[in-house]
Amino acid sequence: MLTDYFRYGIQNLTKRKMRSWLTMLGIFIGIAAVVALVSLGQGLQKYINDEFEKMGRDMILIQPKGELGAPGTTTPVQLTKEDLDEVLKVKGIDRAAGVPVGTIEIEFNDVKRYAFALAMPVDDSKEYSVLELMFIQNYGIELGKEIEDGDARKANLGHYYLNRNLFEKNVQLGNKVTLNGEVFEVVGFYEVIGNPSDDQNIYITRDAYYELFPEKKDVYNIIYAKAALSEEPSQVADRIERVLRKSRNLEEGKEDFTIQTADSFLEAFNVILGVVQAVLIGIAAISLFVGAVGIMNTMYTAILERTKEIGVMKAIGARNNDILLLFLIESGILGFVGGGIGVLIGMGFAKLVEIIATLVLQTALLKAYFPWYLIIGALMFSFLVGAASGLLPAWQASQLKPVDALRYE
Amino acid sequence: MKKTIITLEDVWKIYVMGHVEVAALQGVSLDVYQGEFVSIMGPSGSGKSTAVNMVGCLDIPTKGRILLDGKDISHLDESDLAQIRGKKIGFIFQQFNLLPTLTALENVSLPMIFQGIPADARAARAEQLLTIVQLKDRMNHRPSELSGGQQQRVAIARSLANDPEVILADEPTGNLDTHTGENVLDFLHELNRKHKKTIVMVTHDPHLAKRADRIILLKDGQVVKKL
Repeated sequence: MLTDYFRYGIQNLTKRKMRSWLTMLGIFIGIAAVVALVSLGQGLQKYINDEFEKMGRDMILIQPKGELGAPGTTTPVQLTKEDLDEVLKVKGIDRAAGVPVGTIEIEFNDVKRYAFALAMPVDDSKEYSVLELMFIQNYGIELGKEIEDGDARKANLGHYYLNRNLFEKNVQLGNKVTLNGEVFEVVGFYEVIGNPSDDQNIYITRDAYYELFPEKKDVYNIIYAKAALSEEPSQVADRIERVLRKSRNLEEGKEDFTIQTADSFLEAFNVILGVVQAVLIGIAAISLFVGAVGIMNTMYTAILERTKEIGVMKAIGARNNDILLLFLIESGILGFVGGGIGVLIGMGFAKLVEIIATLVLQTALLKAYFPWYLIIGALMFSFLVGAASGLLPAWQASQLKPVDALRYE
Repeated sequence: MKKTIITLEDVWKIYVMGHVEVAALQGVSLDVYQGEFVSIMGPSGSGKSTAVNMVGCLDIPTKGRILLDGKDISHLDESDLAQIRGKKIGFIFQQFNLLPTLTALENVSLPMIFQGIPADARAARAEQLLTIVQLKDRMNHRPSELSGGQQQRVAIARSLANDPEVILADEPTGNLDTHTGENVLDFLHELNRKHKKTIVMVTHDPHLAKRADRIILLKDGQVVKKL
């Protein structure tokens, strides 16, 4: 019986194609917007979570307070070698490294650009290579070799220098580049990290860095610490905070530095992303609401047009519930088909954004991600929106008296 | 002794229009016997449509009783009435009233859907009925592709779908030319004679009414003559 009702609904909708399409337009714009926004949001979230997963949950970041912008932009507060020594003494620390970051001028092929220079730490007993620490060997040298202590005039470059024509031509292994006026030989390129800033980083030895930035000796923009495997990173972070507060002579609540663990960072990120997504979906929901009103309007019109049909069906044995169901299914189909098209358009749009982001903006951050529950959820939701919009008109139709409906012209 | 299938006992139907009460039926009493062909006749405004609505369980009286197969249906709710109509009464309307989106076969199947009959059985029965009204070769056509006479024959087939005891025909030839009208009437006669269906036909045409076994004449909401 239900299949008959579905067939009847589809026949009625296809009979008035133009109106059905226009009605569905409202729903599919709304659903497309929701699907696109959610899939991109989910993609972003997944990307960030995966990155943190790669980096490790045990990573602890210590930064001067006020360092809101990119690293290297000057702030009055600085972290020093003494701070790093204190951090290294904290119980539960596996290793830690201070990273000085400076804005540097790089010249090649008579073109000048600016980028961040990172100094590779000296391999002290507990200090490790910054990149080794940052990415736990997930990002390595793709071409050439890593610079070592004593490589005074050698540099590693980010992946973008290899193939993005940053200087109207690409840099190649063995090429000479000028950094703040000093000539360096390029001995290696890093593999793709995934964001334009990191992929343009320049890596030089700490000695070379101090030569280029004498005022920054033993001053760090970030201290990376890694908690020992057996330790809970948040507890180690608390210990670091206490130690630094003491060594820097600060009262509780007036710290001039911030400590973040991967978890706290992720949590904060997820909260922000959640709010942003909620707002965007809220806006998309307005469009869905308008679509729902469109369906309701169409159903009222349909019932008015088919009043006599309703009378006939009642005369030949249709009960009130049959009529109710018939019209609910019809409006549900409007919602469902509209939603289905919306899902496809939304997926296409999200994929397009991803392609544009990858090709034009050169970022891997905007990746569309389509979990099954998003697709199924969107389809079910659109069917429900359709059916709910049709509820009032359908109920009204079911209550028509057969005699009155038959007389209707 | 003839078996009574429908009885109207002192039936009143009063419509309230604004502040005025209009009595469409004023104490109508009549019996319809099993297997007969009866015409209800009367000028327009005589209450014949209201009377036929009562006979067809499409409406309930303001006062009085309606007995269908001895059962009082005057106080049933709409869904119960719908069930009874679906099973016991077949309708034929002046304007055919086929559903435009459905084919002839689907139109004939529709009353069976509401009775929960399985799809296979429905299709077989609908095809058989369309064969009776000589429209087997047109069964996949929609109403807009059929002539008026053909549409009315589909409607006749539809009225027989659930094998009802009574066929109610409200001006069945009103929208047809004389020749086609006669043809449709022949079908009704055949249903009455061959298939033993009780036929109640509403008409204002004395010529058509004469073809019935019996004529009930209504005027001003009252039965004035039973011929």
